[in-house]
Amino acid sequence: MNYAQHVLTHLRKDLRLEWRTKDSINGMLFFALLVVVVLAIAFDPASYPTMTRQISGGLLWVALLFAAMTALNQSWARETNNHVLDAHRLSAAPASALFVGKALANFLFVTAVEVVLAPIFTVFYNLHPLGETWKLLIILPLGTWALVVNGTFFAALSLRSRNRETLLPLVLLPISIPALLAMIQATTSVLTGEFEPTLWIKVLVAYVVVFTTACVLLFQTILAAD
Amino acid sequence: MPKWALGWFGLTLLMLAFGFYEAMTAPTEATMGNLYRVFFYHLPHTILSFVFPYLNCGASLLYLYWRNRNVERAAGADAFALASAEVTVLFSSIGLATGMLWGRAAWGIWWAWDARMTTYLLLWLLYVSYLLVRRYSATGQTAVIAAVLAIFAAIDVPICFMSIRWWRTQHPAAVFGGGADSGIDPSMVPAVLWNMLAWAMWGAFVLGLRFAIERRRQRKANAYALGFLGDEGGSGFQEAR
Repeated sequence: MNYAQHVLTHLRKDLRLEWRTKDSINGMLFFALLVVVVLAIAFDPASYPTMTRQISGGLLWVALLFAAMTALNQSWARETNNHVLDAHRLSAAPASALFVGKALANFLFVTAVEVVLAPIFTVFYNLHPLGETWKLLIILPLGTWALVVNGTFFAALSLRSRNRETLLPLVLLPISIPALLAMIQATTSVLTGEFEPTLWIKVLVAYVVVFTTACVLLFQTILAAD
Repeated sequence: MPKWALGWFGLTLLMLAFGFYEAMTAPTEATMGNLYRVFFYHLPHTILSFVFPYLNCGASLLYLYWRNRNVERAAGADAFALASAEVTVLFSSIGLATGMLWGRAAWGIWWAWDARMTTYLLLWLLYVSYLLVRRYSATGQTAVIAAVLAIFAAIDVPICFMSIRWWRTQHPAAVFGGGADSGIDPSMVPAVLWNMLAWAMWGAFVLGLRFAIERRRQRKANAYALGFLGDEGGSGFQEAR
């Protein structure tokens, strides 16, 4: 098997597991919905359309970030049942293929949540974007990958630590700040139409390229850390 | 403590005293008066706290390289990484504290989300999270996990720096000029340089001290592991990580 086939096998396995249990997607979706509702109660978005346009990008990403974090811890906990992770470590397949497959699966889960959440968000927050909406089709996948690639990596990193549920946000949030800044600014620029998102899309692309490379290169070290 | 280290410590104290003298006798600033003298402590600490993270990253890379080749050197590199991360947090905490005191006195507010302060706060957050990870991770994996995280943090610092600069130049509101950084009077330069040197020596001293303590802790843990010191019943060393 070549590298792509290894990745595809891991991806298929993760998708099949999720299809049978639907744990991550259901949990994430409901959690994100709750965050959206709580934030709406805090800010009353329907009465102030201008302010809503300015802060909605941030609120959407905060909801997605928190939701993704609940699922990321679960995604590796599955592999520890029956010592599956040890089997992965013994396997001749490249370790980074396991990582890329898992990250792609998480990416698809979060994207599915976005597909459901975006219309709900628009309705609840009474949003009328003033910029070029099609650019969100670039920004959302890039931002999601930026969150998920580091999230999957750090979830694996905190897997065998004491209180891993606490550790993941402690590590993931500071590292993700530049990406969060870029995706929030790009989304806000589309919603308000006040400035061009091009610079922030470039920042996101740079962040994604740099950290995907770092994750793929260092995953072997993390998997074999003993 | 070896003799040369004691000598270094004495020299550092002398330098710090001289730096203090220079800072207090430098000419009074035109608009802020004597208030600006905190600058001579603020600037060295902030600049030096951007140096130690790269020592940390270098030591972490060396650790990962030596991990399966030379255990003894790897342990040394790990101790150095831990020491430099702690010194980073120490220096950036002092940098933040002096900056806030100065900001309160000069601008009337403790904190503004301008480019430099935001970047600097993130630097502090990154290395505090590094120390937390060292504390939380399972024994035996701490070094590897910390080394990987250190590399990520070191990659993150320049990205943060650039993106936050763009963020704040795009929204021109709420930026307080360049502070005192937009050029200082030549008569103040010697005081800045002396203080910089003195605090660099102090940082190196604390780093070395912490490194030596961590090496001792490692040796003690090894001795326990090999059974030279009996059972691990001692309560102290589990927590000393």
